[in-house]
Amino acid sequence: MATKASRSAARLMMAPAVVLLMAWMLVPLSMTVWFSFRKYLPLRGGDLGFAGFENYGRFVSSSSFWPAVSTTLIIVGSVLVITVVLGVLLALLLDQPFWGQGVVRILIIAPFFVMPTVSALVWKNMFMDPTNGLFAHLWRLFGADPVAWLSEASTGSVVLIIAWRWLPFATLILLTAIQSLDSEQLEAAEMDGAGPLQRFGHIILPHLGRAITIVILIQTIFLLSIFAEIFVTTGGAFGTRTLTYLIFQRVLESQNVGLGSAGGVYAIILANIVALFLMRIVGKNLDA
Amino acid sequence: MGQIELKQVTKSFGDVQVIPPLDLTIEDGEFTVFVGPSGCGKSTLLRLIAGLEDITTGHIAIDGTDATGLVPAKRGLAMVFQSYALYPHMSVRKNIAFPLRMAKMDKAEIDKRVAAAAEVLNLGDYIDRRPGQLSGGQRQRVAIGRAIVREPAAFLFDEPLSNLDAALRVGMRMEIMELHKKLDTTMIYVTHDQVEAMTMADKIVVLQAGNIEQVGSPLELYQHPRNKFVAGFIGSPRMNLIEGPEAAKHDATTIGIRPEHTRLSTTEGTWQGTVGVAEHLGSDTFLHIHGIPGCDPFTVRTGGEVALSHGDTAFLTPDPDKMHRFDAQGLRIA
Repeated sequence: MATKASRSAARLMMAPAVVLLMAWMLVPLSMTVWFSFRKYLPLRGGDLGFAGFENYGRFVSSSSFWPAVSTTLIIVGSVLVITVVLGVLLALLLDQPFWGQGVVRILIIAPFFVMPTVSALVWKNMFMDPTNGLFAHLWRLFGADPVAWLSEASTGSVVLIIAWRWLPFATLILLTAIQSLDSEQLEAAEMDGAGPLQRFGHIILPHLGRAITIVILIQTIFLLSIFAEIFVTTGGAFGTRTLTYLIFQRVLESQNVGLGSAGGVYAIILANIVALFLMRIVGKNLDA
Repeated sequence: MGQIELKQVTKSFGDVQVIPPLDLTIEDGEFTVFVGPSGCGKSTLLRLIAGLEDITTGHIAIDGTDATGLVPAKRGLAMVFQSYALYPHMSVRKNIAFPLRMAKMDKAEIDKRVAAAAEVLNLGDYIDRRPGQLSGGQRQRVAIGRAIVREPAAFLFDEPLSNLDAALRVGMRMEIMELHKKLDTTMIYVTHDQVEAMTMADKIVVLQAGNIEQVGSPLELYQHPRNKFVAGFIGSPRMNLIEGPEAAKHDATTIGIRPEHTRLSTTEGTWQGTVGVAEHLGSDTFLHIHGIPGCDPFTVRTGGEVALSHGDTAFLTPDPDKMHRFDAQGLRIA
């Protein structure tokens, strides 16, 4: 990219990709913004003209809005905590030399390859079903009453299902980070008198800082728009209605495209607020 | 205090024995250098002393007390690694204070010792920077600083200068020797560079394939190499080893003549040869002479000004008093 000619050639070559990507992003975004200002009821008269900020007002004043926001944050937050904590521990474990390491590593990654709908169905029907699920059998074995997981501990169950799927992802990234740690640093710390816990706290954990940041950022982006797991298991009932799910209900169940689009715009704003906080808190890890 | 004693120490990785039974005593305050070609087990030996590897059989004693099963931290030794192994997320100050913090020393004492180490090693200007912002030589100093604050019984250096450029290496060499004089503590230094070994050591341990070939002061090793390996390894440029009929004339299987113990002439001498490549160092010139029976090329060291050029005929005369003779097993004939 040294000369003027090569620079303009580069721009020309990149242009189609850039235009396509911009269109890919901008068309849905502008359509969402456009519909959010319209009164659009597909089964009750179609597009009924401009609505001003009415959709925005109604979406926020609905009694389901704030619970949906808090549910979203609770689910995202708990999944992040579970996956990062267990991910670090699992990565430490998998970093140890043991027989069959290669196979175990592949098996650990496996849950991430299961489609969200499938994994949620498996959890719902095979494990959490109050009459036929494995958990129910286990509970009965010890003489306890089976728990109806998805209605009695709904948020926890959904978190469990999602965390099960994302834990391998976190483990994989953290494992590669641990493997890149210079073993002489650990030996130096050992010579300096640091015990196993101190080596973890002073050497390994700071080394993992950047990888943990990346795990948190990527997972947050995907977890904010989690949908299949909720749709398949509780259908948004029992306090598991996230913002994404609320928008889905407004558009498809209430057949109100305008209201749903306004919700979509709120979701974008929420995602940006979360991203801003994350960048503030953990983003500095990416500099050094 | 820092006397280290190895008794019948062996080390095996699986079925491969890298250190055959080995005895060695390192006296308190001595600067000992382990030297040998790469893969000779010198770093493994250092790691055994440090406790970073378990010995397979035998005993290690530090200051007379058995340390064989002791964890590294309890042995009272400090190590400087080849990669320096500084903690990248900590400032220089915190790096140096780390071993003291691990020892749960009180804050005032830590500050005092860190300040003293910084003073000795001239770290003042970059004490609050991170290792990533330092040059190789500065990192080296920090690594040494982290070792000296603990006031260890002995220092272990694992090829500490191999990542530095030539000029810096000579400078750091002097600093480490200066430090040894100042602290008067036992130091064990591992290197593959025989020049480093010769210049720094009180005592050199020459290793090959895990075996100790010879232990002695630099001059002892230079003047009386115990076998052919030590003769070829110590000294730069290498000793010329001559086999065959020329050696038989001196009742030996191999004779060794150092380049600096050979007289060069254009008219007369014991052997005749053709001049090959010349290495001009300014003060000295190393000439490679071809055609000497039993040794090709023969290296000779001569003064800076040489009248000979490539292809000329030259005559060589070895100094008979400084000739080394070795038998069929490669051992020195006294």
